[in-house]
Amino acid sequence: MAPKRRRMTIILVALGLLSAATVLALTALEDGVVFFISPTDLAAQTPKPGQRLRLGGLVEEGSIQRGDDAQITFEVTDLETAVPVTYTGILPDLFREGQGVVVEGAMGADGRFAADSVLAKHDENYMPAEVAEALKKSGRWQEGAETPATTGSTE
Amino acid sequence: MGLKDRNRPAATMHRYANPARFLRLARAVQPWAAVLTIICLGAGLYLGLFASPADYQQGESVRIMYVHVPAAWMALFVYTSMAAASFAALVWKHPLADLFAKAAAPIGAGFTLIALATGSLWGKPMWGAWWVWDSRLTSVLVLFFLYLGHIALTNAFDEPTRGARAAAILALVGFVNVPIIKFSVDWWNTLHQPSSVLRLDGPTIDPSMLWPLLLMGVAFTGYFLCVVILRMRAEIAARRIRALRYSRAAG
Repeated sequence: MAPKRRRMTIILVALGLLSAATVLALTALEDGVVFFISPTDLAAQTPKPGQRLRLGGLVEEGSIQRGDDAQITFEVTDLETAVPVTYTGILPDLFREGQGVVVEGAMGADGRFAADSVLAKHDENYMPAEVAEALKKSGRWQEGAETPATTGSTE
Repeated sequence: MGLKDRNRPAATMHRYANPARFLRLARAVQPWAAVLTIICLGAGLYLGLFASPADYQQGESVRIMYVHVPAAWMALFVYTSMAAASFAALVWKHPLADLFAKAAAPIGAGFTLIALATGSLWGKPMWGAWWVWDSRLTSVLVLFFLYLGHIALTNAFDEPTRGARAAAILALVGFVNVPIIKFSVDWWNTLHQPSSVLRLDGPTIDPSMLWPLLLMGVAFTGYFLCVVILRMRAEIAARRIRALRYSRAAG
């Protein structure tokens, strides 16, 4: 049995070292691995003008203003800090107030985030419309702050 | 070999190192797996595509989930089973373990491709993008390349046992990607949503949608069992033919 035990030890030690190396690499690369930063992160790091980044958060209730030619302004908030965003173009179906979004672009000189793409983030809740209605009526909607979606449609 | 009784799991494993014994078991399991697949696939597709309700946010697009999610589960499950088999192949030189990994890799690659393609079809209307480089999507793409690399490496050597050995090492090294895929949505912020079914605080998916999803999961697992047994039987037959040819040529 000795060679088998030896092979097993070698493989387990190698896998352990590989896992440790992966954990270290991913921890070091943390900033590159995250898909977006929050408005609070953005306020803390004051990016260079024109530096491209992705900003993620919720569309602030009551902040959507539509202009001419599919132009739209709204605020992205993490419930602590809100950043005004401007965008011109077609919005995804799920875009609405209270919805999670990820906008990509750069901070403008006017302190507004000029987005050239808007992605809607879907949460992990799946339910029929009737169940969503019933939950809202019974007041058990949005127990966690994780998913504050769809309290009102803007259309 | 000197197998001792205290080593029961290993003893059971070595019982099926004998291809004849494995083939008997495989022939007994295969029809049941086929029947299970057909029943669950029929019921799951009917419930998922017609009888289940539309989602309150996604509308009818939610039905993509009934294919996407089981395919993604299988992509991870098949890779994990290949890594376990590769471990057995390298440590105990189990003759059927290499065979299993070789038979499973293309099926796993197929499941991964289905998950990527259906996810892309869902992402365009829901997120507004066919593809984004977030950590979940990127790590699943890496999984797909690991499957392709495994297939290529298995067939890259003139001598099959050397190819199997190299592929087994790749399967084990690539296994670090599996927890990264599973927990990417919890460790980093991603565009992809977190898990709805396999989570500590219970599913966040309505039972009317969960049941068709689970049926599809069983159907995909049954399909994998069926096809992997079929491919292993074919490979055992091919090896026998090769051995007969050699002995005839030598004799």
